[in-house]
Amino acid sequence: MPMSMSARCSTDRPGGCKPPGQLGRRFLMSLVLLMEQALNGLQFGIMLFLMAAGLTLIFGVMGLINLAHGSLYMVGAFAAAAVAGWSGSFLLALVASLAAAALAGTLIELLVIRRLYDRGHLDQVLATFALILIFSESTRWVFGSFPLYLQVPAALAGPITLPGGIQYPVYRLLIIAVGLAVAAGLFLLISRTRIGIRIRAGENDREMIAALGVDISRLYTLVFALGAALAGLAGALVGAIQSVQVGMGEPVLILALVVIVIGGIGSIKGALVGALLVGLTDTLGGFLLPVLFGAFLEPSAAASVGSALASMLIYILMAGVLIFRPTGLYGAGT
Amino acid sequence: MRRETLLNAVIMGALLLVPLWAWVADEPFTITLATRVAILSLAGVGLNIALGLGGLVSLGHAIFFGIGGYAMGILASHAQDYSPLLESPFLIEGTKSMPVIWLVAIVTSALAALVIGALSLRTSGVYFIMITLAFGQMFFFFTISWPAYGGEDGLSIYVRNGFPGLNTLDPIQFFAICFVLLSLALFASSRISRSPFGLALTAARQSETRVLTVGIDSFRLRLVAFTISGAITGLAGALFADLNRFVSPTMFSWQTSGEIIIFVILGGVGRLFGPVAGAALFILLEHFLGGLSEFWQIYLGFLLLAVVLFARGGLIGTLAGREVAHD
Repeated sequence: MPMSMSARCSTDRPGGCKPPGQLGRRFLMSLVLLMEQALNGLQFGIMLFLMAAGLTLIFGVMGLINLAHGSLYMVGAFAAAAVAGWSGSFLLALVASLAAAALAGTLIELLVIRRLYDRGHLDQVLATFALILIFSESTRWVFGSFPLYLQVPAALAGPITLPGGIQYPVYRLLIIAVGLAVAAGLFLLISRTRIGIRIRAGENDREMIAALGVDISRLYTLVFALGAALAGLAGALVGAIQSVQVGMGEPVLILALVVIVIGGIGSIKGALVGALLVGLTDTLGGFLLPVLFGAFLEPSAAASVGSALASMLIYILMAGVLIFRPTGLYGAGT
Repeated sequence: MRRETLLNAVIMGALLLVPLWAWVADEPFTITLATRVAILSLAGVGLNIALGLGGLVSLGHAIFFGIGGYAMGILASHAQDYSPLLESPFLIEGTKSMPVIWLVAIVTSALAALVIGALSLRTSGVYFIMITLAFGQMFFFFTISWPAYGGEDGLSIYVRNGFPGLNTLDPIQFFAICFVLLSLALFASSRISRSPFGLALTAARQSETRVLTVGIDSFRLRLVAFTISGAITGLAGALFADLNRFVSPTMFSWQTSGEIIIFVILGGVGRLFGPVAGAALFILLEHFLGGLSEFWQIYLGFLLLAVVLFARGGLIGTLAGREVAHD
């Protein structure tokens, strides 16, 4: 709340409550705070992109809406926490998260998901909802209901001073870097490699590429495992900031769904733009709205109205995008 | 008699006779279970009009369930505190009367469904699923962060609301109210499905182009169906809140939307009594498997998976065969 107080001070009676020099310093401080929040929003958006990229690929190529994607995120986080606890190595934990999520993804693709490609969306929603129940409850059964903790390695634990005097945790910067690297890699994979050509061909006409001799079901398994691995990596990276627990996947899943719907389902570019938009809107909205309302409401009312509205903001954004562009920003049309 | 009609009679008979037996045997908990079945069935009957008849996969029906619940919670909490809901421009007081609460729940959830439907029905397919989910999340987060009516903790109502001439605190009498309302909704639902409106709605689900070609506005059909559907689910929400004497944001959560869909699917989508069979099966599983294992939802997951993959007609479809009602 110090932000809303200072905003009130400066709008109500400029210079009346504090000497000007201090007011200037306060303004600078809130600018630094704003930059920090913007970086947090960027980091959040990048994480969402790792989730959304897999979801949107799976939808674009196979036409499947996969609610169990959040469970793969959870599997990645639990695998990382377990391996880190056993070996003490963070790098090994990340490898384990990729491997475990890819394995779980391959397994459910072979057993369940491939029966759903020809079904309607209702069946897909229900079957993957059932997978959520199975994944969540079996994880609770194995690991218990208490959260696990994944430690950030000591070398990355501290803050770093950025130009402009902003103190920011190294680990969060690393997440941004890893996410951007994955995004670049994904774009290269899709646009430059043979697998990428097949994936794009599969989006356009699956019968034709099957007729040309591509093993379509192997391609599908591969795409699904790739999406799963990205979700698992996101789970492990975020697991080190938050706690690792059952049910951690569903809020992220819903945000990732919002992202791909805003971006246009099937478009990786749309997923990136949507993820950054959602990440920044959510973080900056939660920070700025109470301040904004503080300009004309009393502090307690401003805080409650502001935070209520901020928590709804990305859904309002999504509904707005869909009402004006029913297939999302980069959607090809249904 | 057709097998499905016979099966429907068995389901309703069981739903009526089990609590009557429990009343005689003095087992109030069983009556409460049956009341839960009746109320959740009612929510499913509401969704079935949009989902079964209209083919609208709404992952946001928890909105209407929650609005019904909060209509009860807000009105009753003002009545129990003796504080008026609104003083200017005119006085609105809270109430503990069920019929008034039902009316408010039905009207507000119908209005919400009208607005949300008008916006969401501009999209279709997977985008429709997602936009209804987004609206649900909006309501969920709004109730969590809005402190006036309990916020995240929810609202407790100490005494169940009243119905003229009945003692609603007596489990069997409250069950009777819910059972009658469920029967009325089932009757309305069967009339709707056979009416020209229902037939046109079914036709729009099967082939939108043909319906448009004969000059029927499919958007308006779906909007009306969505509104009726929301209103019935809203009524169920008010009853559910009265059963627990408690409302919380959980009623708005997307898991609640998922569960209402599960009732419809487990029983058999598009079947008149599908939601009743599904809700009964769900409550029975929850009660018996929940007694056996803390992790009963694993079994629920496998069952749901099996129904979706192998038994697409649900319980009624499996027992009564594939034919679809034509009478």
